[in-house]
Amino acid sequence: MRWGALCLLLLWPGCAPGEVQFHGFVMGNVAVRTTGERPPHGEGGVFVLGEERLRLDVSGATATGRMLFLAKGDLFHDAVSNRVEGDVREAYAGFRGGPLDLRLGRQIVTWGVGDLFFVNDVFPKDWESFFSGRPMEYLKRGVDAARVQYSSRPVNLDLIATPFFRADALPSPRRFLLYDPFAGVASREERKPPARAANTEVALRVSRRAAGFDLSFYGYRGFWRTPAVAASGDGGAPSAVQFYPRLVVWGASAQRNWLAGVISLEAGRYDSRDDRRGANPPIPNSEWRMLAGYQRQLAADLTANVQVYSEVVDRPPRSGAANPDRFRGIASFRLTQFVAYQNWRLSVFLAYSPTADDFFAQPEIWRRLTNRFSVAAGANIFSGRRETPFFGRMRKSDNVYVTARMDL
Amino acid sequence: MVLLILAATGLAGASALAPAGPGVLDGAGILEKSQAAFYYPGADMSARVVMDLITAEGRKRTRVLTMMRKNLPDGWRQRYFLYFHEPGDVRRTAFLVWKHPDRDDERWIFIPAVNMTRRIAARDSRSSFVGSDFSYEDVSGRNLAADAHTLLREEKLGEAVCFVVQSTPKTAADFSRKLAWIDKATFLPLREEYYDTRNQLARVFTADRVETAGGGKAAYPTVMKRTMKNVQNGHRTEVVFETVGYDLGLEADLFTERFLQQPPQKWVR
Repeated sequence: MRWGALCLLLLWPGCAPGEVQFHGFVMGNVAVRTTGERPPHGEGGVFVLGEERLRLDVSGATATGRMLFLAKGDLFHDAVSNRVEGDVREAYAGFRGGPLDLRLGRQIVTWGVGDLFFVNDVFPKDWESFFSGRPMEYLKRGVDAARVQYSSRPVNLDLIATPFFRADALPSPRRFLLYDPFAGVASREERKPPARAANTEVALRVSRRAAGFDLSFYGYRGFWRTPAVAASGDGGAPSAVQFYPRLVVWGASAQRNWLAGVISLEAGRYDSRDDRRGANPPIPNSEWRMLAGYQRQLAADLTANVQVYSEVVDRPPRSGAANPDRFRGIASFRLTQFVAYQNWRLSVFLAYSPTADDFFAQPEIWRRLTNRFSVAAGANIFSGRRETPFFGRMRKSDNVYVTARMDL
Repeated sequence: MVLLILAATGLAGASALAPAGPGVLDGAGILEKSQAAFYYPGADMSARVVMDLITAEGRKRTRVLTMMRKNLPDGWRQRYFLYFHEPGDVRRTAFLVWKHPDRDDERWIFIPAVNMTRRIAARDSRSSFVGSDFSYEDVSGRNLAADAHTLLREEKLGEAVCFVVQSTPKTAADFSRKLAWIDKATFLPLREEYYDTRNQLARVFTADRVETAGGGKAAYPTVMKRTMKNVQNGHRTEVVFETVGYDLGLEADLFTERFLQQPPQKWVR
């Protein structure tokens, strides 16, 4: 009876119990700020994060695999703000026919070859999650989109149309100590691009294999996912407006085996459509983003990944611009060691920017205790002498975190 | 009734690698036939695999996966597809391996939590396969030309008459030599002993259950249960094929990025 109701609910043709799978987990996450400072008007005292999550994951497919669905959602209690909330991580229906795959609904899309550096992956991210120690999967937010993939030997096409804009979730001043140029402004307004046909974001990837390379070309038409902030308020009380300027991105990536490792190259052209001449300070100027990476196994169960990432802005930004530096470079290093039959994982991610002179480190220890139960502990460490765009401005928000997960 | 094909006859490229005199099998020739029987039977294969990692104290971790394999028509090249059902935190994770005997394999991983496909570095084939006592090479085969092979003797192991072949790596490896007991009838390895660089016994492989198996058009002698034991620390990994099928007509497209993201339902159920 329950199954029948579920099938009806999903309008699922040919649904049989054996073809629907239920999974999930329960997870606890706690992160504590170690700098002793507390954000003004913040919440949670020294706690950046304190939550319990229940993940439910339902998926199914017809016997032929032509039709499928997946729904993943979290119900969680945020102990810091004492709220119970829900989060639809993914929920889509899919169809497969011949060389075509169609998916409609909320889905997570990850493109490009970078490790935590995103050039052509223009899809929304949750940096607050990442910097407060939630597992990596929470860095990505789903998009409510229609996706069409065409696969063939000469070329693969991947087209994603998103009518509903989702911004990046940035560390909030309620949980992180952030420099805020509009701190004195009480009134803030966020203007998201309205859901209109003309505002539909379109992302395209064309990929194929050539000379041992995985080659991809990318295009995106949509909006910057981090807001521009402008002062407004005509005569009356000062107020600030957060808005998302238009953006077009073109880029390419290549990845192949090289010198007993894997080399990754990626570049993207960010065309800031609302301010192509760089005349409007709050709007980011057009820029190039480039990434080169090399990953190699140093020994059994020990892997290293080195990356160099850079952003080159077209014009020297004017004073008051969103990004003060014209050239930004960051070098990163990741080391991952599995120990004891992969029941332990020790990893560290280090990033240093010589141009901004700021630094970020994320060491983590993960341990699998049983088939279903695992724990992790780590830290987010920031440093920088000035209020640099990324790591420096987080320098008072160092935290340590603990995660425990039990699969259902 | 299923058709039994002797595995060794199925491999066209085998004779090109190490020709032996007619009717006389030397160590290399035996190993070649053994690899053909163990890693290459049929045009393709699919198995549901349960892997138990068991500590000396008896604590157990379980991995459940579907393994699919397709031989390419020329030489010893193969493609592997591995799809994880358990444990829960790696469910739907999939690996794609393009095996090249003469150079580094190409490997990709699909991480379902972020819907990401990545190429991964695959230099060290001796490293552990998903944390087990088996190495990647133990799962997909070691380049025959990397070792010198010597037929030591023939002897009975249980009921089976076996060749005993010693393989010595030509360049430094994590083992100094391997002794293999290879069934004269099926050419399957029934026992292998790996000696470490101090010539101490380090790991022992045993074929615990051999059956002529395969649900599809064809059946081949198959090691349905195998164990790799680390005799120095007592840890062992037991691998059971719950189901196995051969010559299923797995499409070449199965071994591409598309199917990493969403494998065909009928193969990974």
